[in-house]
Amino acid sequence: MGEPAVSAQGLTKCFGAVCACQGIDLTVAPGEIVGLVGPDGAGKTTAFRMLCGILPPDHGTARVAGYDVVTQSEAVKARIGYLPQRFSLHRDLTIDENIQYVAELYTVPRDEWQSRREELLEMTYLAPFRRRLAGRLSGGMRQKLALVCALVHRPEVLFLDEPTTGVDPVSRRDFWKLLHDLPRQGVTMVISTPYMDEAARCNRLAFMYAGQVLATDTPDNLRRQLPGELMQVRCRPQREAREALKRCSAVRSVEVFGDRLHVLFHGTADPMLCERLLADAGVECLEQQPVEPSLEDVFMSLVSEHGLTATATGNGL
Amino acid sequence: MSRLRALLRKETRQMRRDPVLLRMMLIAPIMQLFLLGYAATNDVKNVPVALYDADRSTDSRLLAELIGHNHYFHLIATPDDPRALERLLLAGKAQLGVYIPHSFHRDRLRNATPTVGLYADGTDSNTAGVAVAYMLGLLGEQGLRWQLQQARAAGVGTSGVPQLLPEPRVWYNPELKSSHFMVPGVLGMILMTLALNTAALSIVREREGGTLEQLMVTPLLPRELILGKLLPLVVLSYVEMLLVLAVALGWFRVPLEGSVPLLLLMSLMFLVSALGQGLLVSAFARTQQEAQLTSFLLLTPSMLLSGFMFPIQNMPRVIQWLTYAIPFRYYLEIIRGVFLRGAGIEVLWPQTAALTGISLLLIALGVLSFRKHL
Repeated sequence: MGEPAVSAQGLTKCFGAVCACQGIDLTVAPGEIVGLVGPDGAGKTTAFRMLCGILPPDHGTARVAGYDVVTQSEAVKARIGYLPQRFSLHRDLTIDENIQYVAELYTVPRDEWQSRREELLEMTYLAPFRRRLAGRLSGGMRQKLALVCALVHRPEVLFLDEPTTGVDPVSRRDFWKLLHDLPRQGVTMVISTPYMDEAARCNRLAFMYAGQVLATDTPDNLRRQLPGELMQVRCRPQREAREALKRCSAVRSVEVFGDRLHVLFHGTADPMLCERLLADAGVECLEQQPVEPSLEDVFMSLVSEHGLTATATGNGL
Repeated sequence: MSRLRALLRKETRQMRRDPVLLRMMLIAPIMQLFLLGYAATNDVKNVPVALYDADRSTDSRLLAELIGHNHYFHLIATPDDPRALERLLLAGKAQLGVYIPHSFHRDRLRNATPTVGLYADGTDSNTAGVAVAYMLGLLGEQGLRWQLQQARAAGVGTSGVPQLLPEPRVWYNPELKSSHFMVPGVLGMILMTLALNTAALSIVREREGGTLEQLMVTPLLPRELILGKLLPLVVLSYVEMLLVLAVALGWFRVPLEGSVPLLLLMSLMFLVSALGQGLLVSAFARTQQEAQLTSFLLLTPSMLLSGFMFPIQNMPRVIQWLTYAIPFRYYLEIIRGVFLRGAGIEVLWPQTAALTGISLLLIALGVLSFRKHL
């Protein structure tokens, strides 16, 4: 285990005035599952494209599976699998035909891909639908087929760009079960997701925002990294409560989580202080309790720490 | 090779499952040839003529009759008012107006020079020119007959009047049927339009569908991609070419006098040149719409400057140079030569070489310019 499966230094890519990636550093050890976590527009897809050798970076270098993504991109391509965010298989070909097509593009010998196909169809429970056109598959089945196609040539590194976005919760669980079996087969994975529950399933996470990696660590370490304690408050009206809490110097930040507020203190959480502040603002407090920080709390705190405003947090976060 | 085979197999499967494409490629061209084979004609016939007869003599009635019975003309009106001639021309109802003045018969008998007024609508300059020439021929012939008649009546021997008698021989298309000239050109145009458009959509369709991004992360080489896209289209459009050719020969009875192998081989080259242009368009276009507009922009000069619509020798020198870059130009010369003149490689070798060169160049450009980058 000498060289990392993926190592990137300072990857930068700008499209005109907009920089999708600004100095991305990332190291992935063989067999790891690393998650790129961030909202839409964080630069995840651009980072993937650079790592897969199909988008030349403006600055920075990266090696994937031992080869340089710019100067040896074809060698990289032969050793990786890539699941783009958009479904990118042929809808007018059947499951079997799609797999055969991809296998032959990677020049996998016939008997090898045939047995590999059986094995993967078995694993993904797609075997009964093998003669169905890909265009007639459900969202979850399509993603499984895309995974099969990305695995048929036994890649060393697998890049999955939001593979479960738009997939129903049950299929998402199935899909993750499949992914968790892959490291045993020697596959290293880099997966992007806007979902924090999925992020928690990765070995390591890289939090991305506005083209930068804000932090890289295991999910547990990231949770511990939160500076200060957290209090969850449910109150009415919420907007006034938020304004009142934010004005207090002991409070680091206040984030909205549905009908709750997460109040992050600079040090230990002070329930009395919280209550008094709310009462002064004329806000009715329905419930308050200290809570363990979630990955989302950590992410939001990192975003504000970097002087960035969390605008595009959208549905996922 | 196995990668190319994979792409070929996939393309063929997709083609078989695309009924619209097959219908477009195989049925549409034949229907187009039927339509255009009849419509695209330069023959001047049934020119609408209006005639004002102020003379009302036997002579003027004879002229009216001659015009009425000639199949180049169609006598649509004989108004009683000379101003009606202008109205009919202005309204586009008549293309020629004939004015026979009051003194026509009298002048002729007096051996003075009788005049006939001839007015033509020159909007369509070509047809007007041809129609006027036909009318001059018809009137001149009758004038000559009257001259001889009068000479004989006066006892002057006709041998004393010197005459020039040209004897035209029209080769290769003796009936001067413009369909024989136009149908091979129409055939080429239909094939070119369809081949260029289909190829223009081929790569960009994958780009829009997201499958090109997937292809770029595979080890597929640019030349494999271009060939894999090109070959199935070559086969499909070649079958289409044979069908259209069969209609040209079997239905329009265009004489095929020359070298069939040369025709078949150069038709293949011509298709490759059209497909090559299409693939180039497709490799650079972002969207299918952009590809279609670009291929439209390529097709227009091909049709206008190839000699299909206007003879190249009539064009200004600079534009004539431009025509050398247009593959259709060479194919037209080849196909017209082979069909009608019975020409072979011994005279058509410059066109053959040029067409082959351009086709191979286009494919090479496609291979070299395609980048496996986004």
